[in-house]
Amino acid sequence: MTRTKRTWLFFAGFALVALVIAGALSYFADSDPDGLDSATLKGCEVVQTPQGEQLTGSCIAQRAEDHDLAAGPLADYAVGGDDRFTGLAGVAGVAVTLALAGGLFWLLRKRDRTKT
Amino acid sequence: MSDGLINAPTSVIFGGVAVTGIAAALVGARRDLDDRTAPMAGLVAAFIFAVQMINFPILPGVSGHLLGGALAAILVGPWVGALCVSIVLTVQALIFADGGLTALGANITNMALIGTAAGFLAALALRRFATRGRFGLAATAFTAAFLGTVTASLGFVLEFAIGGDAAFSLGGVTGTMVGLHALIGIGEGVITALTVTAVAASRPDLVYLLRGTAKPLELRTSPLERAS
Repeated sequence: MTRTKRTWLFFAGFALVALVIAGALSYFADSDPDGLDSATLKGCEVVQTPQGEQLTGSCIAQRAEDHDLAAGPLADYAVGGDDRFTGLAGVAGVAVTLALAGGLFWLLRKRDRTKT
Repeated sequence: MSDGLINAPTSVIFGGVAVTGIAAALVGARRDLDDRTAPMAGLVAAFIFAVQMINFPILPGVSGHLLGGALAAILVGPWVGALCVSIVLTVQALIFADGGLTALGANITNMALIGTAAGFLAALALRRFATRGRFGLAATAFTAAFLGTVTASLGFVLEFAIGGDAAFSLGGVTGTMVGLHALIGIGEGVITALTVTAVAASRPDLVYLLRGTAKPLELRTSPLERAS
């Protein structure tokens, strides 16, 4: 197998790993607040009310604003608010990230004059 | 972080920091990107996006997830790595409503610039261990990722000190942020070490930190290529 072919095979494997993580493993992610969210929630209690979650007490997170794009189709890694489709949202995210990053880096690269 | 945690002027300042950092990274990245490393870097960004979705438990009721700066810097270099994490954070904010829009500059400053720079500098300092073998590489990746994560959390502390609600004690915020991110840093370290050693096991030539030390594959494979 040529070197170029082996490199692209490696890339295909890497992409597959990313897709499996985003598409399948994502269902097993811990839904508790992350480090920064926990730090900003310190001093508050999250209580469920008919109006949704409310924060009682005094904490930094009370100043947090709702996301301007919270109504977007893939907001919160769900599809239309349905988190049964988290895997699908994840696969879409991997594809978009790969396209944007790969495209940018391909444009920025040094053109290889001694093509292998 | 969400919008609203730091005030508007501070958000603008760190928006400027992010733009400046990204501009510098764009200049530096050109040197490190070629026909092989450009697709690799795109995949590193996509991989970081995927792994950032996987929150792992660190304490009862508290989770953490990969930030990815050290991982990206070790695999594709600090400039390209900073761009990888910036793209991931931008995609998260714009498409997945994860991370505020006015806070994007601060988030990029913390995770893409500070986290990547700190992780890379730590990896660079330990490079002679990293090149000695799999264990040295794993230990280097773990340490770089751990330090990158804790340093990135200090970025938030800085922003909060400048433009956060002064009613909350800065010492308390610092202690909580650093303590939680030390725990997250352990997870970040494990994921980074596993990923970097896996890539190095099959393609050491694609690991930026090992550049110039890995035996060039061309020399080893060319006799086979000629024979076939």
